[in-house]
Amino acid sequence: MHKLWASTYKELLLLSRDLGGLAILFVMPLVLVVTITLIQDSTFRSINDNKIPILWVDYDKGEVSKNIYEGLAESKSFNIIGKESDKEARELVFKGKYQLAIVIPANLSSELEKKVNLNVEGLLSKFGLEDETPQSHKTDLEKKEVILYFDPATQMAFKNSIKNGIDKMIFKIETQTIYKAFQSQITDDEKEAIFDTESFITFKEITPSIGKNEIIPNSVQHNVPAWTLFAIFFIIVPLSINMVKEKSQGTFVRLRTNPVSYLTVLGGKTVIYLAVCLIQFGLMLGIGVYLFPFLGLPSLDVSGKIPLLFLVALFAGLAAIGLGLLLGTVARTQEQSAPFGATFVVILAALGGVWVPVFIMPKFMQTLSNLSPMNWGLNAFYDVFLRDVGIMDLVPELTLLFLFFVITTAISIVYNERKNAV
Amino acid sequence: MIQISHLSKKYKNNTDFSVLDLDLKIDEGEIFGLLGPNGAGKTTLISILSSLIKPTSGSFSINGLTFQKNANQLKQLIGIVPQEYALYPTLTAYENLYYLGSMYGLKGKPLKEKIHYHLDILGLKMFSNKKLDTFSGGMKRRVNLIASVLHNPKVLFLDEPTVGVDVQSKNVIIENLKKLNTQGTTIIYTSHHLNEAEQFCTKVAIIDHGSIIIEGTPKNLISQYPESHNLEDVFLTLTGKALRDHA
Repeated sequence: MHKLWASTYKELLLLSRDLGGLAILFVMPLVLVVTITLIQDSTFRSINDNKIPILWVDYDKGEVSKNIYEGLAESKSFNIIGKESDKEARELVFKGKYQLAIVIPANLSSELEKKVNLNVEGLLSKFGLEDETPQSHKTDLEKKEVILYFDPATQMAFKNSIKNGIDKMIFKIETQTIYKAFQSQITDDEKEAIFDTESFITFKEITPSIGKNEIIPNSVQHNVPAWTLFAIFFIIVPLSINMVKEKSQGTFVRLRTNPVSYLTVLGGKTVIYLAVCLIQFGLMLGIGVYLFPFLGLPSLDVSGKIPLLFLVALFAGLAAIGLGLLLGTVARTQEQSAPFGATFVVILAALGGVWVPVFIMPKFMQTLSNLSPMNWGLNAFYDVFLRDVGIMDLVPELTLLFLFFVITTAISIVYNERKNAV
Repeated sequence: MIQISHLSKKYKNNTDFSVLDLDLKIDEGEIFGLLGPNGAGKTTLISILSSLIKPTSGSFSINGLTFQKNANQLKQLIGIVPQEYALYPTLTAYENLYYLGSMYGLKGKPLKEKIHYHLDILGLKMFSNKKLDTFSGGMKRRVNLIASVLHNPKVLFLDEPTVGVDVQSKNVIIENLKKLNTQGTTIIYTSHHLNEAEQFCTKVAIIDHGSIIIEGTPKNLISQYPESHNLEDVFLTLTGKALRDHA
């Protein structure tokens, strides 16, 4: 026990003497969380202050274009800039000046109305409700196209959401025009409400709640756990460098000649770096709660969750340290450990769902994701932050994280024993 | 004390053996010098004896103990002064020694007293709270030595303990080693300083190409070669004057 304490104290001294390294260890993750949260905050806001400027070319000047314009304006996501020519709008978008241009073709409203009226008249005449039989049900009306120009650099998700939104608006307009056509054929009184044109089917989202308070996900609730976990796992870089340094300084060789087990040596490192992880985590929560509101971000809600959050951080920290110990044991030089460690954490983060949600990954990647300790940690954090679960619900993820620590540490010890067997 | 039998070591990718079928017996209380040109096998032999590398074949025991059966007991019995400083540069001399002493199970007041005692006799007392990276080469060598003797080892292995140090530091180190020897520590030491070895060692072995060419007391060896005036002459006679650089 005394040897473990001495090893821990030595690690504490080594860490405290490297003030630059210590600052990087604590400051950079905080900068990371603040930056990412600020960037991603808008995607979580229902009312976006930063409107996307889009170009609007209206050759129709009718009811349909008016409805689409109003629909876009109501979304409060866009700053709509009118342009007179299709060509000008296209050039501006393709040069990347704007993300999107919408071109409404000429006579869209009148021809839509014409087409619907012909269809309705034809239908009513089949039922004998029409005074005169229309000359022809088939029309020579050309199909109309609403043209969208996207900046080639625009992300697919944005493109799809715009397309879906406009498609929905057009469908609604077509439906309402059909209702109106029927109404005008059936009654002369425009005010008589024969059809209820409001949507019959609507959506209602039910969110988890604590008591009467709903848990509304926001950028902070999503980003703090994800990027805190990322920062926790980045501990493998300084930890493995610490171990490789001991090899290059010759101190590791000296330790091998001392009557001390490798487990004790690793134990000292584990205690100190775990403490670093937990302090780091505490600081992250601190800025989430106290600093974010000053930056215009939602405050991190940790009420009643702190013990569980620290429990998850503890196990995630252990998993990260296990990986760091393994890397430090296997690597011979800092040139091996540092780039590998940094890249591997990024891969684990990507697999774990820190950047892209796991459910939209290809099937094979989803399977791989189950093997990422960051995925286990992230799920555990989301369980606490967003799903308001109890400790028993966390047991599977915490067990996986702990097993990961045990297995990586065991491999480190066995590898070291075999490599240095006499 | 130390019994080596048919010990051989061949590194991976090397065609030659670094230590080849080596037999050696070192008695308790000796100051035994392992001398040889570069690449002769001195450091390999010391590394095997201090459990840092595994021999390809053969065996050895120290005080009847082997690393295969009594690793921790044996590690407590020996001390190793490696060629590198093998210390933490950002820790002070005292912190380095406290940590390394703790790894031998020493603690509390006895450990502190031992550290202060050794720092004092090796002229480092006033620098005990200075970081190692501010020390000169000679000062680091002395701390390196203290780190290996805090637990009073019965056998002390030293791999070129005076390389790159000034005359004063070398003198302090040698005097201290002699003192340790009089207190019962058997010393096995490698060096390129043949004059130093001639005066310091009670017995020497000249090793080349992994094998011992000759062993005995310095006086005895010199007397075996009438043209030789000192150990260096004997060394050159036996190992030749050709350069032994190798990468």
